[in-house]
Amino acid sequence: MADIVIIGAGPAGISAAEVLCAKGLRPVLIDEGAQAGGQGYRRPADDLALDMNRLMGSEAGKYTALHRRFEMLRPKIDYRPRTLVWAIDGSQLHLLRDGQAQTLDFDKLLIASGAMDRVAPLTGWTLPGVFTLGGAQVALKDQGCLIGSRVAFLGSSPLLALAAKQYRDMGAEIAVIADTTPLAAKVAALPALLRAPRTLRRGIWYMAASLRAGTPMLHGVTPVAVEGENRVEALVLRDKRGREHRFACDAVALGYGLKPETQLADLARAEFAYDPGFRLHLPKIDGLGRARPGLYLAGDGVRIGGADAAEASGALAAHAILSDLSHPQDIEVVRRLARRVKRLRNFQRGLARAFAWPTAQIAALSDSVTLCRCENVTVGAVRAEMCREFGPIEVNRVKAMTRCGMGRCQGRVCGPALQEIVAAEAGQDGALAGRLRGQAPIKPIALAAAGYPT
Amino acid sequence: MDAPKAQFRRVAIRAGQPATLSFEGTVIRATIGDSVLAALLESGALIRRLEFGAEPRAGFCLMGACQDCWVWSAEDGRLRACTTPVADGMTLFADPQPMAGGHG
Ligand SMILES: Cc1cc2nc3c(=O)[nH]c(=O)nc-3n(C[C@H](O)[C@H](O)[C@H](O)COP(=O)(O)OP(=O)(O)OC[C@H]3O[C@@H](n4cnc5c(N)ncnc54)[C@H](O)[C@@H]3O)c2cc1C
Ligand code: FES
Repeated sequence: MADIVIIGAGPAGISAAEVLCAKGLRPVLIDEGAQAGGQGYRRPADDLALDMNRLMGSEAGKYTALHRRFEMLRPKIDYRPRTLVWAIDGSQLHLLRDGQAQTLDFDKLLIASGAMDRVAPLTGWTLPGVFTLGGAQVALKDQGCLIGSRVAFLGSSPLLALAAKQYRDMGAEIAVIADTTPLAAKVAALPALLRAPRTLRRGIWYMAASLRAGTPMLHGVTPVAVEGENRVEALVLRDKRGREHRFACDAVALGYGLKPETQLADLARAEFAYDPGFRLHLPKIDGLGRARPGLYLAGDGVRIGGADAAEASGALAAHAILSDLSHPQDIEVVRRLARRVKRLRNFQRGLARAFAWPTAQIAALSDSVTLCRCENVTVGAVRAEMCREFGPIEVNRVKAMTRCGMGRCQGRVCGPALQEIVAAEAGQDGALAGRLRGQAPIKPIALAAAGYPT
Repeated sequence: MDAPKAQFRRVAIRAGQPATLSFEGTVIRATIGDSVLAALLESGALIRRLEFGAEPRAGFCLMGACQDCWVWSAEDGRLRACTTPVADGMTLFADPQPMAGGHG
């Protein structure tokens, strides 16, 4: 029997496992985390007195359902929590479980590795107290903690208002919700957004809820700086008319939507193509999620689409696996899933216009702003290197010469902003700036585990 | 140097065994189930200083991706605070410890 391995126990990976189990297969399901559920439906520890129904709002039903489904699934699969996949070598995975290195051979590999926040740097963003927007949600759901008592939400995403509402409900003061995209862009994107009315209604409701609570909500802002001595004390912004405002706060949640975690797909030799809408290099897949023979990609790890799209695309990729293993398929079911995935992902494209990645603002960042948090490389250092005679104009070359993106996070944090700085400085499109290549180990691990002498 | 006010604010009580750890010589009380990062930020506002220029840091992504939350233990070497659960008796430091060989 073929060995099917799924990486990622979020909605995408869980749905895929269900489809395979229904055909009598027993996939391996690997996840770095201790609990299944992935990022969006992260399961809080049972010992935390958190009212998930209140926190998850209209999503609570789905959240509960996913976890119930996973409990039914668990005895039928080879589930391996707390297991990091840190390298892929041909048809072998390198794993690290509780400090122990292991390998695992696969015949079919489905990667459903999820996403992380895409962030744009600004002056002061390395201060303690600045966290990603997703991180702000993780602190709450995973640890029962707020990232601060008076929190500013900055970026461009419908999740800014959603997270601010969750925070306010849990007792935080909201200093400001500041979105860099002008309101006009949101209005212009309405027709596209209306195609998925339920999600839209939710978004509008959250925005309205924040406004009702008297929280300042600004659109079209230009971030100036996070200020503070050794920790966050204020967020300074210019509003759309250019007037400067200072919002006192002790934490900032920063988020410009999500970007797929594609390092594993890269190591598994997926091909990539530049997507001008999202301004990201994304793995190429067919309509069912195939990247190449034996390699399947699903969920937010390949295209940002949210939890519903992740579920549907996970199931769809599982059908692709079944079909490649010559299992008989219900064509109608597959078609329906494919249509659903397409519709939900298109909706995300609409969102990407309404909540835009602030390309021009990043290109205009001052030289003194830290770009790479790990290696402490400034925007100016990258520009200076590029300005030299025969200076680099491609991100991997820039990385080699400046160390920007070479640190312990492998460019996960600075990569998208680095791309914009490089593209702007070279006077070319993001496509030509290139893409930071993934390298094993995709997350830092003890060298001994990787087989190096210590 | 250390700001006295905590960064994180707990809003949901965790039912669990108490754990006591130390960070840079300061005793910190936590509950089994807490992440090291949450425990540290519930009692302070900084967890490490950058190797370059010593500016303070306290994590960023909280989901194991940015690696900006490393702390060090004499027994176990480097720990990623946001994804490492606390254990009773942990002795942690903001800088690499001499015993922590073999980790890179
Ligand atoms: C920090 C964060 C918070 C979010 N919060 C919300 C929210 O509150 N509400 C909401 O609707 N959406 C939220 N989202 C959006 C979320 O991405 C989607 O809703 C949904 O979770 C996507 O499902 P998925 O299955 O594609 O990926 P995920 O649910 O992200 O699951 C991917 C899984 O893969 C695992 N994984 C990744 N790489 C490896 C590896 N190398 N080895 C082993 N395991 C690995 C991860 O541990 C993770 O469990 C959040 C996203 C992020 C990044
Ligand atoms: S805070 Fe990013 S890895 Fe811990």
